Amino acid sequence: MDMNQYLEVFIDESKEHLQTINEQLLELEKNPDDVSIVNEIFRSAHTLKGMSATMGFEDLANLTHQMENVLDGIRNGKIAVTPELLDVIFRAVDDLEAMVVSIAEGGDGKRDVTAVVAQLKQIEKGEVVVAPQKSNAIQEQTYDEFEYTILKQSAEQGFHSYEVSVKLRSDCLLKAARVFMIFEVIEQIGEVIKSVPSVEMLEAEQFDDQFVVTVVTKVSQDELQKRIMKVSEVEEVNVQPVDLHRSENTVEQKEEQKEEQKEETKTVEQTVEKKQEAQEEKQTGKQVSNKTIRVNIERLDILMNLFEELVIDRGRLEQISRELNNPELHETVERMSRISGDLQNIILNMRMVPVETVFNRFPRMVRQLARDLGKKINLEIIGAETELDRTVIDEIGDPLVHLLRNAIDHGIETPDVRRAKGKPEEGTVKLKAYHSGNHVFIEIEDDGAGISREKVLRKAISKGIISEQNAANLTDKQVYELIFASGFSTADKVSDISGRGVGLDVVKSTIESLGGSVSIDSEEGVGSVFSIQLPLTLSIISVMLVEIQKEKYAIPLSSIIETAIVKKEDILHAHNQKVIDFRGKVVPLLFLKDIFEVPVVKEEDDFLSVVMVRKGEKMAGLVVDSFIGQQEVVLKSLGNYLTSVFAISGATILGDGQVALIIDCNALIK
Amino acid sequence: MAELKVIVFQLKDEEYAIPVQQVRSIEKIQHITRVPRVPKYVKGVINLRGVVTPIIDLRMRFGLEEAEFSDHTRVIIVALDDMEVGLIVDAANDVVDISTEAIEPPPEVVDTSTAEYINGVVKIGKRLFILLNLEKVLKTEKG
Repeated sequence: MDMNQYLEVFIDESKEHLQTINEQLLELEKNPDDVSIVNEIFRSAHTLKGMSATMGFEDLANLTHQMENVLDGIRNGKIAVTPELLDVIFRAVDDLEAMVVSIAEGGDGKRDVTAVVAQLKQIEKGEVVVAPQKSNAIQEQTYDEFEYTILKQSAEQGFHSYEVSVKLRSDCLLKAARVFMIFEVIEQIGEVIKSVPSVEMLEAEQFDDQFVVTVVTKVSQDELQKRIMKVSEVEEVNVQPVDLHRSENTVEQKEEQKEEQKEETKTVEQTVEKKQEAQEEKQTGKQVSNKTIRVNIERLDILMNLFEELVIDRGRLEQISRELNNPELHETVERMSRISGDLQNIILNMRMVPVETVFNRFPRMVRQLARDLGKKINLEIIGAETELDRTVIDEIGDPLVHLLRNAIDHGIETPDVRRAKGKPEEGTVKLKAYHSGNHVFIEIEDDGAGISREKVLRKAISKGIISEQNAANLTDKQVYELIFASGFSTADKVSDISGRGVGLDVVKSTIESLGGSVSIDSEEGVGSVFSIQLPLTLSIISVMLVEIQKEKYAIPLSSIIETAIVKKEDILHAHNQKVIDFRGKVVPLLFLKDIFEVPVVKEEDDFLSVVMVRKGEKMAGLVVDSFIGQQEVVLKSLGNYLTSVFAISGATILGDGQVALIIDCNALIK
Repeated sequence: MAELKVIVFQLKDEEYAIPVQQVRSIEKIQHITRVPRVPKYVKGVINLRGVVTPIIDLRMRFGLEEAEFSDHTRVIIVALDDMEVGLIVDAANDVVDISTEAIEPPPEVVDTSTAEYINGVVKIGKRLFILLNLEKVLKTEKG
């Protein structure tokens, strides 16, 4: 069998299972006595083991197997759940993850796991006994006289008789369909003599997940097994030759057996019902899983491009329709405009991914950090379903890791300090995401020590970031901003958790490069909130279109404070630089037509149109000729030929099909 | 005998050729948005079916005098590696099959300013085609 075509599926599914295991382990730590959680973990581990063994990744299968044994011990109450034990399991999961990553990167998935395996074995043995084997021994088949005759005759004609025990995966959805497929496979190569439970019951899904069929066939034991294994969602197939002697005996006991079987079927039916109820309960409790397909983001980009062309043509059509003034055409064009508007929303939405994909790795990290630092921390995640553009999601992970580490390392105090302050020993870190307007906010809130104004100022002065005179005038917010300055670290002791102060300035610049911003709110002794504001999408931005002579440019609204009309005589001069007095502040003026060397065709008039823009605390007035208006545009790159054009961050296509350049205000303000 | 299919275009008095593999499409001249502070020969960018594509005036790239755009003026969209660039030419004339053996090294007498952009010349009948070296043409001069 060619495995390559399954490799991708294998990797995806393995990652999902590992994620489940991670999440459930954290759950387990909170509720060590909840067997259903252990079962959940066990199921994922078991599937993972099966998959990796099938794909031939031995190390992966071995380690999972060892982990499974320990889990089985927990499940049976033989091993107690302790943080130390979970540490070992987490380490095992880390190893598994590393192996899967290695496989995904084209490696062989090999890894030295002997240490972890040894530890797992120790746990397994150290506590009490080896976990008992799961009772998946084949149910003994019995045959009546008629069946027995057939078996005997077949044997004489050179057919083999096998008892085939098939176990379906517990999450198998259409069990009857699988049974049908298995029967079809068998009937291609032989004949089914008997099945337990009966075929009728199997078809009515009146069985757990295991059934036994007796088959006469000419193919070998191995081949039979392989063929059945090819049916998907089959977990286990066990093929045993029929022991005719044993069967002979049973024939004699058939009367008794029949009675017994009746009883048995009754109980089976009952358990089945119970099971179904239990399953239903579970399903309502579980998250509703939507059906999804994976689409390459490139395809979505192509779709978006095609759609934009449509939008441009729509603009033309609208214009033509206005000129022709034909009511029917008008109506059609209007309808088309509406539909394409809806279409645009859908296409943009397709690129949206819930932040969950970033958030779900944090609980593990926080747990580890808390243990390393000897702190007690409860991480609350709120709004993980909030959606963000894929491109933003890809970039936001590292800054968030940094801020979380920061909150845990510098924010939350150690348990004894917290106790002394009259706070609960366990610190709380809240990670919260929500939509607001055209932005997504992500907040990291801790109930730790908060930021000490004095400490920050002392540090900033000693590092030469600000002068002592300036320090007194700063507002609290401005003081907090200082910790984003490069070369700043407030922890008295540098730990390897949140680094050496090289981080927060990087966090700030990463977020700003995404078109977002970050702010801090803090109260000493109560806690801090780091709030990140991000645009919903990077591909569509709001801009203000302006005209400079005959050329159109777009200025991102995110950098604009306001627009103003300034009289020429109000312009002042300072150090060879034209400035204006804007609400009490001296703001330099930048004449875009000079900066962009725009060919002059129009005379200047007495009034200047100025767009006030900012970069952090700095401001500038961009002098343009006229404002056209605000518009949502699609951000495009200038291509790979023009890689670094000064003060131009990209381009967009306007309704009339022309290209307008987008001004990079950050480059203009120094 | 290896055949090479080339697009032939006109620039001033000469005929130039580019292998078809490097050509994406040939467009009529359309509105070009000027891009500030780039080399003079970069005329700007156009909207090529939703993709913002830079445009080079080949005459200026070769140091020839600028010409008014006419009805014959074309933009040849070429692709090299991951770049797509449009070249403004006086006219796109023909698609011609040439044999690789007929390619001769560039003659010494060719104007030195254009010599470095040339891979060779091919003579077919009375016509002389100059084979363009796209890599050199698209190489941005630093500083």
